[in-house]
Amino acid sequence: MEAFLSNIDRVVDGFSWTVRLTLISALLSFVLGILLTAMRASPVPLLRGIATVYVEGIRSTPLTLVLLFCGLGLNSALGVALADSVQWDVFWWAVIGLSAYTACFVSESLRAGINTIPLGQVEAARSLGLTFTQNLRLIVLPQALRTVVGPLGSVLIALTKNTTVASVAGLGVQEASREMKLMFDQGVAPVLPTFVGFALGFLILILPTGYFFNWLSKRVAVVR
Amino acid sequence: MTSTPLVVLENVNKHFGDLHVLRDIDLTVNSGEVVVVIGPSGSGKSTLCRTINRLETIDSGVITLDGQPLPAEGRGLARLRSDVGMVFQSFNLFAHKTVLQNVTLGPIKVLKQGKAAAEARAMELLERVRIANQAHKYPAQLSGGQQQRVAIARALAMNPKVILFDEPTSALDPEMVQEVLDVMTDLASEGMTMVVVTHEMGFARRAANRVVFMADGQIVEENTPDEFFTNPRSERAQDFLSKILTH
Repeated sequence: MEAFLSNIDRVVDGFSWTVRLTLISALLSFVLGILLTAMRASPVPLLRGIATVYVEGIRSTPLTLVLLFCGLGLNSALGVALADSVQWDVFWWAVIGLSAYTACFVSESLRAGINTIPLGQVEAARSLGLTFTQNLRLIVLPQALRTVVGPLGSVLIALTKNTTVASVAGLGVQEASREMKLMFDQGVAPVLPTFVGFALGFLILILPTGYFFNWLSKRVAVVR
Repeated sequence: MTSTPLVVLENVNKHFGDLHVLRDIDLTVNSGEVVVVIGPSGSGKSTLCRTINRLETIDSGVITLDGQPLPAEGRGLARLRSDVGMVFQSFNLFAHKTVLQNVTLGPIKVLKQGKAAAEARAMELLERVRIANQAHKYPAQLSGGQQQRVAIARALAMNPKVILFDEPTSALDPEMVQEVLDVMTDLASEGMTMVVVTHEMGFARRAANRVVFMADGQIVEENTPDEFFTNPRSERAQDFLSKILTH
C-alpha cells in the first residue's frame, strides 16, 4: 500500500487526464447531440436522414472501432494531425472519437425527452408565429433537457469510463487506466493495491456525478 | 359594424386518408364578426378551425386572411400565424414558463417588443381576464379555467386580427366553464373577430353574430343564432338540436 501511495502523484496525474478527456468530450458531444436532435426533429427530410444514419451508424459501432478509426485510420494512416506534440495530437483524436460516439447517446436521450412534450404546446408555439428554430430553442429543447437530466447523467458516467478505451484503442492517450497499466508494467507497486486504488479513483469521480444529476433532475423537473 | 371579409375559405377540401373531413367548404368571416361553429363530433368543425392558421394543411381550395392567401410554410406562414390567435381545448400553456412568460413570449420573440413593454401589456391583459394575481405561477399550479384564461391573454397579446377558439371549454370542469365564457363574451362585445368551435349553445345564442352548423364535413346551415335555434331549416340541424336541447 505504501508503494502505491508513494506514487500517488502519478495516480492524480492519470486521473487529471481522465477528467480533461471527459469534460471536453462531454461538452462537444452535448453540442453535437443537440445539433443531431435538431436535425432529426427538423421538417427537412435530408437533414433528418443524415442525422438518423449518423446516430444509428455510430451507435451500432463499438467504441473501440470508432477510436481505432480516429487513431490508426485518420491520425496514423492518413496523417491528419491536430496538434504539434504527439501527446496532444492523440488527446484531441481521442476527444473527437469519444464525442462522435457519445453524441449519439445524448441525441437519443434528448429525442426521448422531446417525445414527452405534448404536441399541443408545439402547436401553441407555432400559432404564436414562432419559427421552427425558435420553437425548438424556446419551447421544445428546454423542456426536453429538463426531462432527461437523469439519463444524460448516465451518459456522462458512461463517457467517464469510456475514456479508458482511448488508451488501448491504438491512441495511447494519457489517462488513469493507462497510468495504472504502466505502473503494473514497471512494477512500482503491488498489483492489488494499485488496482483497488484506481478503482476507488473512478468511484470518487463517478458517484458524486450520479448523485448530482439525480438531485438536478428533481430540481429542474417541469411539473405538468 | 364593418363588413370587410377578413377570413375567406373557398372550396376547401381535406382528407384524412379515406375520410373526407372537409367537403367544399365556403366560409367568410367578416371583420368584427363572431362566428360560432357547431355540429356533432367528427363533423370536421375543429379541423376547419385549424386550417385557418394552417395547423392543418388543405388538399384543395383557397384560404385568405385579409386578402392574402395563406403561405405554405416558412417565415411567411409564421408571420401569418402571429396575426391569428388560437385558443385550444387543452390550453397548451408552456409548462416550463410562468403565466407572465407565457403571455410575453410571442410579443418579445415574434413582435420584437421590449421586455418591459411586453410585460406591462401582459399585465393589462391578465387583469382583463381576471388573473393578474397569478402572473408568477406556473401553469400546473392553476385550475383549468384559469389556464384557459391565460391562454386567451396569450393570444390577445399578439394583437391578432382574429382569434380561433377550438372547443375552449370542452376540457373544463363544469363550474369553470362560465368564467371562460364570460371572458369570451366580453371579447365578442368589444368587437374582436372570433371563430368559435363550441358545444356551448348558450354562448352561441348570446354572443354569436352567425351560427355555422357542420355535419359530415360540410357546412349544412348558416344563420343568425335566433333563426338557427328557433327555426332550423335542415333535418340534420333539427336532429342535432333536439338531441342537445332536450336533456
